[in-house]
Amino acid sequence: MKQLWSFIRKESRHILRDKRTLAVLFVMPLAQILIFGYVISTEIKDARIGVLDNAGDYSSRQVIDRLVSSGYFMVQDYYSNSRQMENALRRGDIQMAVVFSPDFGSDMERPDGTSVQFIADASDANTARMLVNYAEGIVAGYELQSTEVLNQQNTPLIVEARMFYNPSLRGVLMSVPGIMAMILILVSAMMTSISITREKEYGSMEVLLISPLQPWQIILGKVAPYVILSLVNAITILAVGIFVFHVPMSGSYLLLTFVSLLYILLSLSLGIFISTVAPNQMVAMFISLFALMLPTILLSGFIYPIENMPVWLQWFSYIMPPRYYISALKDVMFKGAGLLVVWKEVLVMTGFLVAFLLLSIRNFKVRLE
Amino acid sequence: MIDVDSISKNYGKVSALCDLSFKVRKGELFGVIGPDGAGKSTLFRIILSLLLPDSGKVSVKGLDPVQDYKSLRKIVGYMPGRFSLYEDLSVEENLNFFASVFGTTVEENYHLIKGIYQQIEPFRKRPAGKLSGGMKQKLALSCALIHQPELLVLDEPTTGVDAVSRSEFWSMLHQLKEFGITIIVSTPYMDEASLCDRVALMQQGRILEVASPQDVVDNFRGALFGVSGGNMYRLILDCRDFDMVETVFPFGEELHLSFKDGGDHRTDLHEFLKRRGSDEVSIRTIQPGIEDRFMALMATS
Repeated sequence: MKQLWSFIRKESRHILRDKRTLAVLFVMPLAQILIFGYVISTEIKDARIGVLDNAGDYSSRQVIDRLVSSGYFMVQDYYSNSRQMENALRRGDIQMAVVFSPDFGSDMERPDGTSVQFIADASDANTARMLVNYAEGIVAGYELQSTEVLNQQNTPLIVEARMFYNPSLRGVLMSVPGIMAMILILVSAMMTSISITREKEYGSMEVLLISPLQPWQIILGKVAPYVILSLVNAITILAVGIFVFHVPMSGSYLLLTFVSLLYILLSLSLGIFISTVAPNQMVAMFISLFALMLPTILLSGFIYPIENMPVWLQWFSYIMPPRYYISALKDVMFKGAGLLVVWKEVLVMTGFLVAFLLLSIRNFKVRLE
Repeated sequence: MIDVDSISKNYGKVSALCDLSFKVRKGELFGVIGPDGAGKSTLFRIILSLLLPDSGKVSVKGLDPVQDYKSLRKIVGYMPGRFSLYEDLSVEENLNFFASVFGTTVEENYHLIKGIYQQIEPFRKRPAGKLSGGMKQKLALSCALIHQPELLVLDEPTTGVDAVSRSEFWSMLHQLKEFGITIIVSTPYMDEASLCDRVALMQQGRILEVASPQDVVDNFRGALFGVSGGNMYRLILDCRDFDMVETVFPFGEELHLSFKDGGDHRTDLHEFLKRRGSDEVSIRTIQPGIEDRFMALMATS
């Protein structure tokens, strides 16, 4: 026990004395969440639209007023013919064009209705789809109100979509669990794998092997300081998310801590596993970066919805540990879910943890290559 | 203490050790002498249970490094060839760490390392990475000794260390013998061989000879001559052209030269060299050293 304790102390000293790495470890999560929170926003705000108003009547102006007063849209310009409109769209001056038919207002009273056209710049497909959806919603609202008076018996079927748990579709909400998943796996897996392979590279592993230290003591001593470091990181991200970006936290903190701790341990065991495979720090770092960080970002549902992936990639995403953590985190934070809801994720992560630990123990060499 | 019985080790197709056998007695200061790449480190790692031999058996105090590696590792102290302590930890922290890892304290075994550690104690707060080469070696030796091992394995401890520190280091090893610790040490420096009780001369994974330094020298057959004067390079080429010459090696400012029958053909050689245009050549008889024996062994093997 005393041996283990002095090993942990030694390991903590390594971490604390490497001021530069330490600074990166603490600043990185902060920088990430601020970047994701402020820059990469998927929200619609003041989108530039152009208007080609062939009708120019009361109703068309009212529709435009509605669009603008929603706060989502901002009229960049008015056009008198479709060529001008197309040019503006092509140049990227506007993100979406609104085209009214010549008899927009008077047609509204006719049984087959009237039409308004939205032309969106779909070179940014996600934004285009969102813009059209938003505009449609606003126009539908206007239509309902203005026809209500005339046609009370014959209310058309209105689909009312409501976004639960994230009503204003704020992107930062989505990125907090994702950033937690990414930072934790990065700090835990990459840093432990590097710190173990460093001993191999510098030759001190030879001396440690000769000592009476057991393999589990070496591993546990390496890992313990990083558990604390990762927890501090998790708390930082959560605090910034909750206090700066007002991300809701409706579940229990205890469950959140438990799930996060499980994920940290899982990442650490992954790091140990990498270190048993990698011969030096360089390889350990590349494995961590390419095998952990990129899939975490791309395949875990952090940025791209898993449902939109090709089927074979969806299958691949099942073996991404962060996927389960992000899913559990979202349930707990946004929906206030309890253990009864996230037990599947907890079970899968425990499975991963056990698997990686067994693999690492099997792979740990008590001799040199 | 150590019984190495015909071990071999290959790295892929490269044969690192080839059928080695020797014994080390308890309390002995045993040197393994050989140039870089002779297989010294591989041999030590096999003795220490860090590598497995492809064939053959090793026994250290009756323990088999293959099976009983756990109990073996408790009784050995090891100082690897390159500095492998923690450079970001201070002198003191390194020593305390290794003491507690081996389940002891610095105070408990201070008597063992006192002579060595006192020299670096003024720098005990300094990070190990900022020590000079000689001081690093002293710290590494202190760390390897702190748990009072029965066998101390030192892999090229004096490589890259200045001459003064080297001789200090060897006198420390002699002091350690007083405590009954068996020491095996490897070195590429032939002049250090005479400081060991017995030496094994190694070359390309083979042991050429195991004997006391004195016996190694005595085993040198025939007379040895020192040749000097004029251009060294030309002198070597000229000497090699002389029929009776067996071996010629540059050795400091002289050439060490022996004749084929081990006899004395100084006057003939002098004449020969004079005819080649080297006038100021002097030839003298000299006492053979360990390096001469090593060269002779290498030439015959």
